[in-house]
Amino acid sequence: MDTKTDAILIGGGLVGMVTALALAAFGVRTVVIDAADLEATVAPDFDGRATAIASASWRMFRALGLSDRLTESANPINEIRVTEGLRRAHLHFDGREADGDPLGHMVENRHLRRALIDAGQAESLIDIRAPARTSEIDRAEHGVTVTLDNGDTVRAPLLIGADGRRSRIRDAAGIRIARWQYDQTAIVGMIEHEKSHGDVAFELFYPAGPFAILPMRPGTRSAIVWTVEGDDAKAYLGLPPRALAAEIDKKIGGFLGQITIAATPSSYPLGFHHATAYTASRLALVGDAAHGIHPIAGQGLNMGLRDAAALAEVVGDAVGLGLDIGEAEVLERYSRWRGFDNVAVAASTDILNRFFGLPGKTMSRVRAFGLGAVERAGPLKQFFMSEARGASGDLPQLLRGERP
Amino acid sequence: MSTIDPAQAELFSGMAAEWWDRKGSSALLHKVNPVRMQFIRREVAAHFGRDTMVPGWLDGMSCLDVGCGGGILTECLARLGGHVTGIDAAEASIDVAIVHGAGQGLDIDYRLAATDVLVNEGASFDIVTCMEVVEHVSDVPMFLASLTALLKPGGLLVFSTPNRTAMSYGVMIVGAEWILRTLPRGTHDWDRFLTPEEMRRALNRAGLELGHVEGIALDPARGFALSDDMRVNYIGAATRRNED
Repeated sequence: MDTKTDAILIGGGLVGMVTALALAAFGVRTVVIDAADLEATVAPDFDGRATAIASASWRMFRALGLSDRLTESANPINEIRVTEGLRRAHLHFDGREADGDPLGHMVENRHLRRALIDAGQAESLIDIRAPARTSEIDRAEHGVTVTLDNGDTVRAPLLIGADGRRSRIRDAAGIRIARWQYDQTAIVGMIEHEKSHGDVAFELFYPAGPFAILPMRPGTRSAIVWTVEGDDAKAYLGLPPRALAAEIDKKIGGFLGQITIAATPSSYPLGFHHATAYTASRLALVGDAAHGIHPIAGQGLNMGLRDAAALAEVVGDAVGLGLDIGEAEVLERYSRWRGFDNVAVAASTDILNRFFGLPGKTMSRVRAFGLGAVERAGPLKQFFMSEARGASGDLPQLLRGERP
Repeated sequence: MSTIDPAQAELFSGMAAEWWDRKGSSALLHKVNPVRMQFIRREVAAHFGRDTMVPGWLDGMSCLDVGCGGGILTECLARLGGHVTGIDAAEASIDVAIVHGAGQGLDIDYRLAATDVLVNEGASFDIVTCMEVVEHVSDVPMFLASLTALLKPGGLLVFSTPNRTAMSYGVMIVGAEWILRTLPRGTHDWDRFLTPEEMRRALNRAGLELGHVEGIALDPARGFALSDDMRVNYIGAATRRNED
C-alpha cells in the first residue's frame, strides 16, 4: 500500500504525538510511525516517571483538547517554593498572584501517554502505524519516501524526527550532536506522605544538586526528583525501602509528615545534548532528538512541546500559502524560532545547576542571599516565573492557548 | 503581437537552471514568494469571499501565472487546488518548470507562450498573476490590455513590480544586482520601473481598476513582509473596471 500525506513523523512518544496533534490542529495530515507497540508504553512498569507540564504547555493541551483527557490524573502546581537546602530564605512563586492559572500540572507519564494515544487515534488527520519498522527512509529532492518492513510505502514532502535522544533519523542525516554528562544522577520516584502537599512544588537546592518534590494526585502523594553525585545513586537505590524513606525524610526535613516509598525508584544519569542543527533537507527534529537538558527546572519535555507548537505553526502557515513544506524557507523559520529559545533555556539551566552545585559555606550564603534578592526584586522574579511557565519569548499560537 | 523583449527573455533563459537553487541567484525569489502568496490569499478571500483558512482554498479556480519562470509561485497555486496554467517567454525556464512540477507530482499546464497567444485562443481565467513582469515587457499598455482580455468577468489580477524611487535603485540595482549578486546583473532596467500611480493609470487605460496595493519590504527581524513601505517593491490587485 502506498500512502501520500503531508508529514511523516518517526517516533510516537510524548513529543512526537503532541507534534502530530498540533499539526492536525492546523489541518496538516501526519503518518506517525513507531517501532514500539504503543499500548505497551502505557503499562505501569514501562515509564514510572511523572512530568511537569508548564502552564504555557498546558494552554496548548487545552487548545488541543488534551487537558479534558487529563482532568482525573493531573495535579495543579499552584505554588513553587525554592530554597537553599532546608534554610528559610526562599523564592516563592504563586501562580494565583499573577493570573489565576496554576504554574503547571503534574501528570504521570503513563496517563500522559494514554491521553495522547487516545487523542491521536481519534484524530482523522493522524494515521498511526505502530508497531512498524522502517526498512528505508529516502529523503530525495522532491519528497520523502519511507518504506516499512511490511512493504508499505508512505510519501510526504516532510520528515519529522521525534525518535528521542538516540535519534537514528538525526544520525542518518549526518547531524552531529554536542553532549556532555554531568557527574550527577537523578533518582526518580514516588512517595506517599502523611500531610497534604497543598498543590505546592518544592525545589530544595543541595550542593549535590536539587531535590524536587512535585505534587501528585491524591494530595498525599508526590513525585521526587533527587539529584545525587555520580556513585551515590547506586548506594541509595540499594537500600531497603524503609532506610531509603529515612534518607529522603532527612532531605525533606519532615514538613510532609511520615514518608513511605510508593514505587520503586529508578535512576537516570544527567546530561546535556544539543544537535548542531534542527533541520536538514526535508527534515525537522523535535524534542530529545534535537536537544536534551538537565531536568533541574523541569524544562526538558516542555522544550519539546514548544518545538511541536512552533513546527506546527510554521508548517501550517506554509500549507496555507501552498508552499512546499519540506523546503528551506519553511524549515529555516522553525530552526531560527526554536534554536535561540532552546539554547537560552539549556544555558540558563546549566548555569543554575552549576551555581547551586558550588560547594562551601560562603557560596551557600551567597545563594541564600541571591534567592532572597530575587524574591524581593519584582521584575527578576517575574522573569523566572515566566521561564518556569514556559511563557517567555515569542510564543507560538498554540502556547498562547489559541487554536488556529 | 507579442510584448516580449527578446533580450530580457534571453537573460532569464540564462539563469533557468538556478530557479530552484535556493542558495543561488533565485534566493530572493524564494524568500519573497511566501509574501506574495499571503497577499494573494488575502485578496482571494476579499474578492471571491472564499474561506482561505482551509487547505485547498483555490479548489476549482482557473489560474494563469504570466511570466512563471521556473514555477515558484505557479506550484503554490496548484498545491492550493487551482487549475493552473503557467506561461513564460524563456524556453529554458519552461523546461525547468515542467520537470520540477512533475517531480512534485503537480498537474500544471506549462507553455512557452506570450499572453497574446492565449488571448487569440479565447482563454480566460478566474485569477491571473503576474509577478515582476510589467517592468520587463516592451509595450506596457498592450501587455496590460492582454491581461484584461485573459480575465474572466469578475476575475482577479494580482501583480507585483518594483517602484521607481531612489531607494529601489539603491536596493535592486546597486544592492541586489551589483553588490550582493542575488540577482544577475542586468536583470532590471530601472528606467522601466513604474510608480504605483503610473501603474494605476496604465491599468485604468487597459480597462482595469486598481484595488489594494501594499509594499513588500525587508523587515530586519522578520525578513520580507507586506508593509506600507512601497519604496522598493509593491504588489497590487486589480479587477475589470465598472464591475463589482
